[in-house]
Amino acid sequence: MSAAQTRDVRRWTLPAGREYEAVNVLVSAPLLRRHEWRWRAWWIGLAVSGLFTAVMAVTIFRVLSHGVGIWGYNTTVVWGFPLANYVWWIGIGNAGTLISSMLLLMRQSWRTSINRFAEAMTLFAASIAGLYPILHLGRPEYFYWLIPYPNTMNLWPQWRSALIWDFWAILSYLLFSIIFWYFGMIPDLATLRDRATGHGARCFYGALALGWRGSARHWWLYEIYHTTMACLAVPLVVSLHSVVGLDFAASLMPGWQETIFPPYFVIGAMYSGFAMVALLTALLRWGFRLQALITLAHFDVMAKIMLAASLIMGLSYATEWFAAWYHGEHTERALVIFQLTGPYAPIYWCMLLFNVALPQAFWSPRVRRSVLAVVAISVFINVGMWFERIGIVTGTLSHDYSPSMWRLFFPTFWDWSMLFGALGFFGLLYLVLARLFPMVSMHEVRRLIADEVRP
Amino acid sequence: MILLARFAHGDALAGAAHKARASGYRPADAFTPFPIDGLAETLETQPPYIRVAMFIGGAGVAALAYAVEWYSAVLDYPIDSGGRPLHSWPTFVLFPFAIGILAAAISGLIAFFWQSGLPRLHHPLFDADGFERVSQDAFLLAFTAPDKSDPRKLRTLLRDAGALAVWEMTP
Repeated sequence: MSAAQTRDVRRWTLPAGREYEAVNVLVSAPLLRRHEWRWRAWWIGLAVSGLFTAVMAVTIFRVLSHGVGIWGYNTTVVWGFPLANYVWWIGIGNAGTLISSMLLLMRQSWRTSINRFAEAMTLFAASIAGLYPILHLGRPEYFYWLIPYPNTMNLWPQWRSALIWDFWAILSYLLFSIIFWYFGMIPDLATLRDRATGHGARCFYGALALGWRGSARHWWLYEIYHTTMACLAVPLVVSLHSVVGLDFAASLMPGWQETIFPPYFVIGAMYSGFAMVALLTALLRWGFRLQALITLAHFDVMAKIMLAASLIMGLSYATEWFAAWYHGEHTERALVIFQLTGPYAPIYWCMLLFNVALPQAFWSPRVRRSVLAVVAISVFINVGMWFERIGIVTGTLSHDYSPSMWRLFFPTFWDWSMLFGALGFFGLLYLVLARLFPMVSMHEVRRLIADEVRP
Repeated sequence: MILLARFAHGDALAGAAHKARASGYRPADAFTPFPIDGLAETLETQPPYIRVAMFIGGAGVAALAYAVEWYSAVLDYPIDSGGRPLHSWPTFVLFPFAIGILAAAISGLIAFFWQSGLPRLHHPLFDADGFERVSQDAFLLAFTAPDKSDPRKLRTLLRDAGALAVWEMTP
């Protein structure tokens, strides 16, 4: 055992979480010994998120029955909240894959206690993101035309369209993430199967564990497949948000047609995703009493990553301004002036404040190690990132080449209900998941603490 | 008959497996709550073909996807838009890439199940005493039918190698 490994274990766990059995108990208690918990906060959360989910369901029903005209679109601003929400949710989804694959490949052992619920966040965020483009289509019943299938119309999809790229990127990413998440959980499902006392729980976890018995050969194959999946996940996740960036960059609009968009979107995605992970980490740590496995050091490193991302975001915004100036095109320059001083300026300045200025507080170790401060700044980052996306969508469309077509975008009630309804739906899915599946990867934590457990 | 030996931690188990092999016993398998580095090599496993399957599946589906794009855009449904090339490969790359990675993931999953023999909801070993601890905190080394010599010798060897308990089970 090297000194570095010991330091790692001591840093990422508390003594109460440095026994195999202690880890098993900590993680499985909310699932198997649920009667010992009060669950009051959980029920309140479920009721609130259920209410918002109902709002979302009503909105979707209304969109399907009345069309996209119920949203604040006009003849000029034909993309509104749904597109901004879509980019925002996809971005949140990215961080789960970042934590589970990129940090795995870089041997960052601290990821072990947060990767599972970050992956779950990815699944739900990507699923919700996938709803928006379909609802926004206007003819959602024809979304399957994006699939190349033999049809009586003798039509093929238009492969040069960004819509097709989007569809396949999201679909592949979503299914890939489901496989990755479930596969990584199989050994933990076996643990739950073996710990469960009730017949129903034994059958449920037993069936899902697929007969996993911890054989050394199986572990060997498991590691080969899991690591290879991680290697594939990194290019997939980078390509996914690059495609989202290309939705804009492949157009001819001022403020969109920028080569910086794909990398800038990828970093922004990981930024907002990390902010969401930090938020969920704080909630789960408190709700499931995981203080022994999720320490202040976790918040410290996550804050550092957000700090680095905030600097890159600041640089990206500055690059946009510089590019507009250097480009020399009047419309490009006018758009930057419009963003900084026009009617949407408050949104733009708030974005700069939340995404670039506020996170500079993370330079202070005291702020990084304060859960409350990290949570508060994470919320601001998420709001700021949403402002960024709505600014990109509506800013450009409101102010393109032809002044006669300039219109402002005003959201309607249904715009807001779809935004907050989806947040409630995310909460609902997450709360249900937390009652059914282990939120921390037990076998990876056991491996992390193995050196400390040894007599 | 299966002989099972329990160890306190993974390194002790790996050491015992090594010693047993050196003395001419071949451990049938080991059961651990998390992967132990180098253990599979000691146990003589067949080479894995998961990555090969992933490459073939991924590259094959990606090639197929590209072929569909090329056939539909160049041969079956050509759209001449200002004389631009029908075979516009830069925009054709993304669909094969995304679906190729998905196909690689699915191929690898199938290969994993194929080679590991899972899903197999029941296995005789699940009846062994204390086997339910394997998924939690137990490290077991298993030997099948130690016919070559006295099983007592193997027991002594395992105890000397640090086994906490050695017991037999008949599946």
